[in-house]
Amino acid sequence: METAPKPGKDVPPKKDKLQTKRKKPRRYWEEETVPTTAGASPGPPRNKKNRELRPQRPKNAHILKKSRISKKPQVPKKPREWKNPESQSGLSGVSVGPDGCSPVTPLILWFFSKTRSRLEVAEAEEEETSIKAARSELLLAEEPGFLEGEDGEDTAKICQADIVEAVDIASAAKHFDLNLRQFGPYRLNYSRTGRHLAFGGRRGHVAALDWVTKKLMCEINVMEAVRDIRFLHSEALLAVAQNRWLHIYDNQGIELHCIRRCDRVTRLEFLPFHFLLATASETGFLTYLDVSVGKIVAALNARAGRLDVMSQNPYNAVIHLGHSNGTVSLWSPAMKEPLAKILCHRGGVRAVAVDSTGTYMATSGLDHQLKIFDLRGTYQPLSTRTLPHGAGHLAFSQRGLLVAGMGDVVNIWAGQGKASPPSLEQPYLTHRLSGPVHGLQFCPFEDVLGVGHTGGITSMLVPGASEPNFDGLESNPYRSRKQRQEWEVKALLEKVPAELICLDPRALAEVDVISLEQGKKEQIERLGYDPQAKAPFQPKPKQKGRSSTASLVKRKRKVMDEEHRDKVRQSLQQQHHKEAKAKPTGARPSALDRFVR
Amino acid sequence: MNVNQVAENLALSHQEELVDLPKNYPLSENEDEGDSDGERKHQKLLEAISSLDGKNRRKLAERSEASLKVSEFSVSSEGSGEKLVLADLLEPVKTSSSLATIKKQLNRVKSKKVVELPLNKEKIEQIHREVAFSKTSQVLSKWDPIILKNQQAEQLVFPLGKEQPAIAPIEHALSGWKARTPLEQEIFNLLHKNKQPVTDPLLTPMEKASLQAMSLEEAKMHRAELQRARALQSYYEAKARKEKKIKSKKYHRVVKKGKAKKALKEFEQLQKVNPTVALEEMEKIENARMMERMSLKHQNSGKWAKSKAIMAKYDLEARQAMQEQLAQNKELTQKLQVASESEEEEGGTEVEELLVPHVVNEVQMNVDGPNPWMFRSCTSDTKEAATQEDPEQLPELAAHEVSASGAEERPVAEEEILLREFEERQSLRKRSELNQDAEPASSQETKDSSSQEVLSELRALSQKLKEKHQSRKQKASSEGTVPQVQREEPAPEEAEPLLLQRSERVQTLEELEELGKEDCFQNKELPRPVLEGQQSERTPNNRPDAPKEKKEKEQLINLQNFLTTQSPSMRSLAVPTIIEELEDEEERDQRQMIKEAFAGDDVIRDFLKEKREAVEASKPKDVDLTLPGWGEWGGVGLKPSAKKRRQFLIKAPEGPPRKDKNLPNVIISEKRNIHAAAHQVQVLPYPFTHHRQFERTIQTPIGSTWNTQRAFQKLTTPKVVTKPGHIIKPIKAEDVGYQSSSRSDLPVIQRNPKRITTRHNKEEKL
Repeated sequence: METAPKPGKDVPPKKDKLQTKRKKPRRYWEEETVPTTAGASPGPPRNKKNRELRPQRPKNAHILKKSRISKKPQVPKKPREWKNPESQSGLSGVSVGPDGCSPVTPLILWFFSKTRSRLEVAEAEEEETSIKAARSELLLAEEPGFLEGEDGEDTAKICQADIVEAVDIASAAKHFDLNLRQFGPYRLNYSRTGRHLAFGGRRGHVAALDWVTKKLMCEINVMEAVRDIRFLHSEALLAVAQNRWLHIYDNQGIELHCIRRCDRVTRLEFLPFHFLLATASETGFLTYLDVSVGKIVAALNARAGRLDVMSQNPYNAVIHLGHSNGTVSLWSPAMKEPLAKILCHRGGVRAVAVDSTGTYMATSGLDHQLKIFDLRGTYQPLSTRTLPHGAGHLAFSQRGLLVAGMGDVVNIWAGQGKASPPSLEQPYLTHRLSGPVHGLQFCPFEDVLGVGHTGGITSMLVPGASEPNFDGLESNPYRSRKQRQEWEVKALLEKVPAELICLDPRALAEVDVISLEQGKKEQIERLGYDPQAKAPFQPKPKQKGRSSTASLVKRKRKVMDEEHRDKVRQSLQQQHHKEAKAKPTGARPSALDRFVR
Repeated sequence: MNVNQVAENLALSHQEELVDLPKNYPLSENEDEGDSDGERKHQKLLEAISSLDGKNRRKLAERSEASLKVSEFSVSSEGSGEKLVLADLLEPVKTSSSLATIKKQLNRVKSKKVVELPLNKEKIEQIHREVAFSKTSQVLSKWDPIILKNQQAEQLVFPLGKEQPAIAPIEHALSGWKARTPLEQEIFNLLHKNKQPVTDPLLTPMEKASLQAMSLEEAKMHRAELQRARALQSYYEAKARKEKKIKSKKYHRVVKKGKAKKALKEFEQLQKVNPTVALEEMEKIENARMMERMSLKHQNSGKWAKSKAIMAKYDLEARQAMQEQLAQNKELTQKLQVASESEEEEGGTEVEELLVPHVVNEVQMNVDGPNPWMFRSCTSDTKEAATQEDPEQLPELAAHEVSASGAEERPVAEEEILLREFEERQSLRKRSELNQDAEPASSQETKDSSSQEVLSELRALSQKLKEKHQSRKQKASSEGTVPQVQREEPAPEEAEPLLLQRSERVQTLEELEELGKEDCFQNKELPRPVLEGQQSERTPNNRPDAPKEKKEKEQLINLQNFLTTQSPSMRSLAVPTIIEELEDEEERDQRQMIKEAFAGDDVIRDFLKEKREAVEASKPKDVDLTLPGWGEWGGVGLKPSAKKRRQFLIKAPEGPPRKDKNLPNVIISEKRNIHAAAHQVQVLPYPFTHHRQFERTIQTPIGSTWNTQRAFQKLTTPKVVTKPGHIIKPIKAEDVGYQSSSRSDLPVIQRNPKRITTRHNKEEKL
């Protein structure tokens, strides 16, 4: 009918968005590039909502040697200016669901095309879209701020006061200290838009405020130990892990729910796209609560004692738990056992953090080491540092800065670029607080680091920490109530089922080979023959007496033999491979071996 | 055989004729016949008589009378010499008018062709169908490109209206518009000056002119010309090819000579016109001459020359020819000598060089410089010497070597490595002892700026702390219950790079020092296992036995390395505030001790155990079908024989390799996520033959979340768009630019199907 799809054309490597040159089509027998090598280039289907397009910092344009702080921490402007024209049209009711456009449409097209194979078409489309995406980066007007020392000057020695002095008033107002010595060490959490801040003190003090305007939303004392606090999908709901149970409050401070199935919770994590609240408890259970329907999706027993180290991987929504035996386990609600277990430290794990691209994981343990692991399949440490005091808390910023809280000091490390891991050689910034650190978080879309400690809350300025351009439709710091409501509905409609959480989200776009083969087998059983089997060779009739029975048989025989030979050759090759693999493990036998008993 | 039969038959027929003849005569006499008849008879008689003589017996007699015996060979109208015509038969003796009509009728009949049998109905219908099909398909095939275009179109909008006329340029619409502002005027001036289009922005007048310049006829002519040129070229090429194929030597010689003559002429002309070019030409000719000389054509060694040499004794001409050739040879050689002596000498040396085999040169080179192999060993020796001589002076160098040793010294014998390493370590130990004393000072020196003195001091302090920490750790481990872990402490360094991807390299002096210290630690540990008599453990390379054990251990070693030896400096922490945290040393020591106590030396072992269990659990299980007691003695405590067990054990096929096979510190679950699998595609859509292809096509996301709005809209455009409220009429030929009406073609076939049938009948007859 139409040209059969070329078997050769297959899975070309993921393309970088910026790539404009056409790559040579990849053959399917060629191995796929190991994600570790290609991972640095973010393929289009990254984390679902992770669509802010990252601008590259211009190489030389902004490095001014004279001024220490060459750029103020960015202050986003009004939302109107921020919306891309593209996203705006989406607002006007043309919302298209993720399945509104099936891949069938292009398929029909390719089905009849005789000149271009559909894979080529797909490739061309991909290239085009990636070029368009790269072009649209032009619309991102803001650039990340950064800090640069004068010749040979260590940026770590620049203190907050200096920064505050240098920046404009609006940014300077973002540095503040809340002296709350009464209610013990504080945990804190920023909402997803970065506009609101909630914090809870050990001794029951819970408060939420719009930290930019310093407008208090609510302040209560729950009269119980507060272990952790977290905003749910919007700033209107607040989950507080109290001494016994998990409570949910609204922004007025009114208790909405008391979830008794989650008891003795030590840490909370919220997965925004799945609407799941993950809780780690003293009893050793990891519980997933679906906050959209109020159902517990999964309660997994980690079998590793008390759980008090938890973080989420924003890329694939996998929960990382740190254990006292030095391992970090990766969990998904769909599996009863951990997806992976990584031995990270000799002592127990004290803190875990995963960066926003899901590429790097930072861990610190009781052995005073801070390690950065590569999460792209190898799970090997990329860099290791021994810290004098060990880090008790870790956090990554949106642009990949790593902060560690050690005692009453916070250290911030920065990487070379956006996709590189933070280099632990030299700290980017350090700051000393009035008490030991108890909670850390970078504020999204603001160059601000929030630190909760025994003395209260400190909001630090960290130039270049976060993404300067936000998506007005996704997480808009300036959204009105109406916009928030609309966003909420859309987000709920696009909720990702909990069972889709897996280590490699791209695997979902693959064909389920096992059931495919099973189905094929069953079909063969049902029909009694294989409909897709290759027809046996039938020699063509020939003229001039060459079509005699003998010659026909001979020809058949020839083909059969050829096939047989191929099979033998293949099996031989496999054997060779096996042998080759088996060999190098053993040491070379010595001539003296024969005397060994 | 056949020939004989024929001959017999012939003979028989003749006899019959002979017999017949006498009978015939009386009968014919009875009939009334004309003179002509009589004549004929007479002639026949004569013939019969003449045939009697035997010579001309083969003449076949005419059968003029019906007879019972008819020879199949003798049916012929021969004999009379004239052809029998139907009219002759029918002609009456006397012409009668009544027969004329019959004749006419006969003529008419003759002129009319035979009406053929009509085919049966089915056949006719089939033929009709076939023809109709071929015709129709031919007619319809003109739609093919349109269909293809529509199928390949990204989008079809129905109703298929005519192309909307392009929106007229704004200048046409606003004809009354004039440039008013000075800027506009300036722009228009510029445009006018450069003859840029003002109204129609697409084409400049030049472009328009160029477009109009070539009419269809011109284009055709141009094309024809090109075609002609191409044809000529191909002819010429063919001719050249043919000429090239000619084998005649003479022809080629002639051609060559002709060419040479021509070249000479040209050369002479050139000499007159352009002497410099001529000189170059001259050189070329000279070259050619040299080539000819090298070919030894005139040295009496050719075939022709040899034959002439034989003949020369007797033949004067041959002798002359030979002499001529010799003279030519002489001339050639002579000229060579005259040409340029220096050149010749050079050539000679070159030849000499060429003549000398390469081996000699190589030897010479060897004489010049030492043998590379020797050289290498020499250098390594010197290296060793250096390290032995002044280890204190060149500690950095030594450290460098140590760091590079893994890569460089592999080819050298292992014993040597060990020896050298030992020596180096000794020297390093000495050096580090020295260094430890002078360390603060040295680190201060490295930091030239005075402001950083504090920092460096701190650094030194912290380093000391770390050292203590490490040494303590070692002590603790020595006291610990797990000897294995301790044994692995001084693990060979070469295992390290296998697992660890160190991002930083040894670069600064301080780091080098550190490296030295680390080594020193290892050395300090060294004596202990030696004392314990576990030397064999220390040098695993020399132990040939138990490779299996080693394999397992290797992994363990890796893990150990990964967790323990990787503790680079905390130098980076140039934070002044931390010091205060340190408080007094003792407290810290205590804390450390506590930590060490439960910092789980078993962590690694536990993890490995867990991993092993996981691997075991995920392995496919073998099926054991042995029946104890079947064919053997049964009972308590009796086990089926090994042979039997082997026979009835069905081994499970080995699954794919685990993902964490090469990752000692990771356990990756191999369990399938069935909940996620429910959401995956389970059936391959039709046109795809391999799941990879399909995956490739759905790889790019099309949602607006990942794409720009434009790209998203393009990716999700519907294939067909229908305008609401419009009638969608079927496509017409006029719509797509065809003038001929397709209707008229079809009925033509149906109108006169007869013609076709007759043609087909003919075909059938054939």
